[in-house]
Amino acid sequence: MTSLPASTPFISPRARPVRVRLRAVFEWLMESALFLVTGLSVITTLAIIVILVHETWKFFTMRGADGQLLVPVKDFLTDSMWSPLLSNPPRFGVASLVSGTLLVTAIAAAFALPLGLLTAVYLSEYAPRRVRSLLKSLLEILAGIPTVVYGFFALTFITPNLLQPISGSFGTHSAMSAGIAVGIMILPIVSSLAEDALRAVPQSLRDGSLALGSTKAETILRVVIPAALSGIVASFLLAITRAIGETMIVALAAGGGVAQLTVDPAAQVQTMTAYMVQVFLGDAPAGGVEYQSSYAVAFTLFAFTFVMTWIGALILRRYREVYE
Amino acid sequence: MTQPAESAPPERRDSSAVLPVAASAMPPVGAAAPTPPAAVAMRRFSAWYGRHQVLQAIDLDIPERQVCAFIGPSGCGKSTLLRWVNRMNDSIVGARADGTLTLHGSDLLGRTVDVVALRRRVGMVFQKPNPFPKSIKENVVFGAKLHYRLARADLDEIVEKALRAAALWDEVKDRLGSPALGLSGGQQQRLCIARALAVDPEVLLMDEPCSALDPRSTASIEALIRQLRTNYTIVIVTHNMQQASRISDTTAFFFEGRLVENSATDLLFTSPTQKQTEDYVSGRFG
Amino acid sequence: MTRPEAPLTSRTRMSQVVLIACALAAFIAVTALASLLLSIAVEGTGSLSWKFLTSFASRKAASAGILAPLAGSVWVCAICAFVAIPMGIGTALYLEEYAKKSRLQGIIQLNISNLAGVPSIVYGLLALAVFVRCFGFRSGETPLSFSVDWSAMRILSPGDPDSLWFIQIPFGSGVLAGGLTLALVVLPIMITASQEALRAVPKSLRQAAEALGSTRWQVAWRVTLPAALPTMMTGAILSISRALGEAAPLLVIGGFLMVMQTPTNLMSDFTVLPMQIYNWSGRPQEEFHRIAAAAIIVQLAVLLTFNALAIFVRQSFQKPLQS
Repeated sequence: MTSLPASTPFISPRARPVRVRLRAVFEWLMESALFLVTGLSVITTLAIIVILVHETWKFFTMRGADGQLLVPVKDFLTDSMWSPLLSNPPRFGVASLVSGTLLVTAIAAAFALPLGLLTAVYLSEYAPRRVRSLLKSLLEILAGIPTVVYGFFALTFITPNLLQPISGSFGTHSAMSAGIAVGIMILPIVSSLAEDALRAVPQSLRDGSLALGSTKAETILRVVIPAALSGIVASFLLAITRAIGETMIVALAAGGGVAQLTVDPAAQVQTMTAYMVQVFLGDAPAGGVEYQSSYAVAFTLFAFTFVMTWIGALILRRYREVYE
Repeated sequence: MTQPAESAPPERRDSSAVLPVAASAMPPVGAAAPTPPAAVAMRRFSAWYGRHQVLQAIDLDIPERQVCAFIGPSGCGKSTLLRWVNRMNDSIVGARADGTLTLHGSDLLGRTVDVVALRRRVGMVFQKPNPFPKSIKENVVFGAKLHYRLARADLDEIVEKALRAAALWDEVKDRLGSPALGLSGGQQQRLCIARALAVDPEVLLMDEPCSALDPRSTASIEALIRQLRTNYTIVIVTHNMQQASRISDTTAFFFEGRLVENSATDLLFTSPTQKQTEDYVSGRFG
Repeated sequence: MTRPEAPLTSRTRMSQVVLIACALAAFIAVTALASLLLSIAVEGTGSLSWKFLTSFASRKAASAGILAPLAGSVWVCAICAFVAIPMGIGTALYLEEYAKKSRLQGIIQLNISNLAGVPSIVYGLLALAVFVRCFGFRSGETPLSFSVDWSAMRILSPGDPDSLWFIQIPFGSGVLAGGLTLALVVLPIMITASQEALRAVPKSLRQAAEALGSTRWQVAWRVTLPAALPTMMTGAILSISRALGEAAPLLVIGGFLMVMQTPTNLMSDFTVLPMQIYNWSGRPQEEFHRIAAAAIIVQLAVLLTFNALAIFVRQSFQKPLQS
């Protein structure tokens, strides 16, 4: 190619311009397509709610041969016993399942929240760079392990090697065993999200505190953690939400098929999720009262996690400190 | 390596013997008062980041209850020097120093120096205002609460005194409980000064305290610095030579890790003894 | 070098206590991981063999294998990836490039974080109604079925259940329903990861493209998306590895089946590795625990490969976006 004289326009007069109308139509098409795809996520939420409400409604309006409601809402909420098979008439007091879920979640949280936060502080404030990246990849592995593996771990390691040597009251299944396994599962969630929050605190705040004569621990406790509090609380809530919804660990380790209202960590408990697994794995006929009860349980479970997520989002939104 | 304190008691004024720059021995033009004793003194002070030497054999006295300005082009080591005076470099991996650095005659570099106690005596104000995400009041008393057990009335008194000293009281007295991050940039910086003052430091280090501020806020901070010098020794790093000439009593010019010239401010700006200083203050480079 | 040995006042002692507590916590976390991996390795390595990988399930632990769940996992995750990755990227593109900072974006964002918090077993209930039963379409009758005969270029109705191109409506609990279920589960993760990748693209790149007169789609397709793609792919791989480990929603849609063949088409019955692990772990006999551990080793090996792949993609394709 010869070099062009400066006066020559860069675009040859023979070049045809793109068809602007066509391009506008294409633009519109792509935007609409993307909009529809995005809408699917909203539809998913709505569909979950519609299905749960519809099936739960069916459950509460089922009538027996005598025309009486089989499970009035009041019994569902206030009865202290959940026994769809063993008692006659069957009893559907969701409190037993909720207490099972909360007991396992409380054990997991008692284990994972402090440990996760301290680990996050270590990673963000103390660990040398190499140790930090090594620890972080180990925690990433922990986060990637399927939950059914934790269930196996609870059954074959935690129960026989940790719990049973301590007390003879631990059987094969216990809330404690499942709780510890769930705790290990949510630990990386807490530590990695809390670490993100801690590292988002600008260095200038640490410098400001140190320059006033704080020790490192005082800086962490009085400046860094308070500044990162919204992120830390959000990580706690997310971890607790995951613990509440966790299924495979509790289905394996928490207990057999018996729900009971208890706070004894050595007891067998049934959680909301474990009950659903039991129904769908068992041979309860579709449309029967036992089968239908799983939707009412799912609705309760959904309500719990929904509220938790909302609180988390609110906290993040309201207390997010804006740093320059 | 660092040595235990053995040099420069505060009354000893031997800067003319040590400093390579003869000008520092001259009395300031038009000032009859003798130079006050040194608050901070450095002898053959060198500093490194890893293998990179940022400061070379600095000999410098910072006189008590005066404003000393550090000037020089970016990367000349002036901020590093400032950060060594209250050991803020401790948290930087690979930062080390050699020579002596003393505060009123006591060593600052030794292994046994309690940096926490040191930083109570040597406060620092940073380039960008960095108030904690807490209320105005909590910001002011933060340091005081670390070091002393104080009753509520004492705290209130500290808040008012410190905010008055930082010329911020009238603007914020009605909203001490509101978040500090809601203040304007200039107010935030004055809050940071109040916060530093509230622990009763002897020396106040300021690392380009006005560089993130608008002209009006800068003017108010400068006025504040001039007032504070009656009670505090102030060291200020600045890029702005007008600012240095407006507010400081002595000025030290650094270039490529060395102290080129140190003398009374009006002298340094009107008749520098070194060619490099002259080029820099006349705006020929930097 | 000049770090001080501070005097042991109560404040500095407190400082050391905090450091020790934090380091101890990190140590406990590592110990938990180590004991988990070790106990599984000890329990499972003895049962690992080529025969274990290539046999079907059995009532006897000694002769059982994981061929069916392995094949099932591959099918289901392939479908999940095929659906979730483009949808995730599309949603992220819309939110970041079209609806940026709008109220709509705020609502959808909240909705996505909500979806991410929904327990996976609840997605199973949704999938049961939508995919497995197709809202009760033809319930109680034979499903509408057809298959495509590509050699004769015609559609057979009713379809041939052995053909690769066999479809029936409702889907039933075959691999298609399974894959779509998992796509629902991982979609929020995929969207969030893609959004983060898009946000990491510097504004200056977009502005440069806009200043040359690009349309919105051209900016997105030619500038932002290519720049964000390596990070997006890392997110995609991590999403799919999450799908690989899910069992609960699949238990809801199909229950556990002892599958004695590998899937042949989208309607085939299937099981996946985590379901098989669950089934074996739940049995009281020790020998089933051993083969469960062996299956876990296989599962973890697959996941580690995925993770390594993600790291590889991140490191080798990520060009610096800013000088």
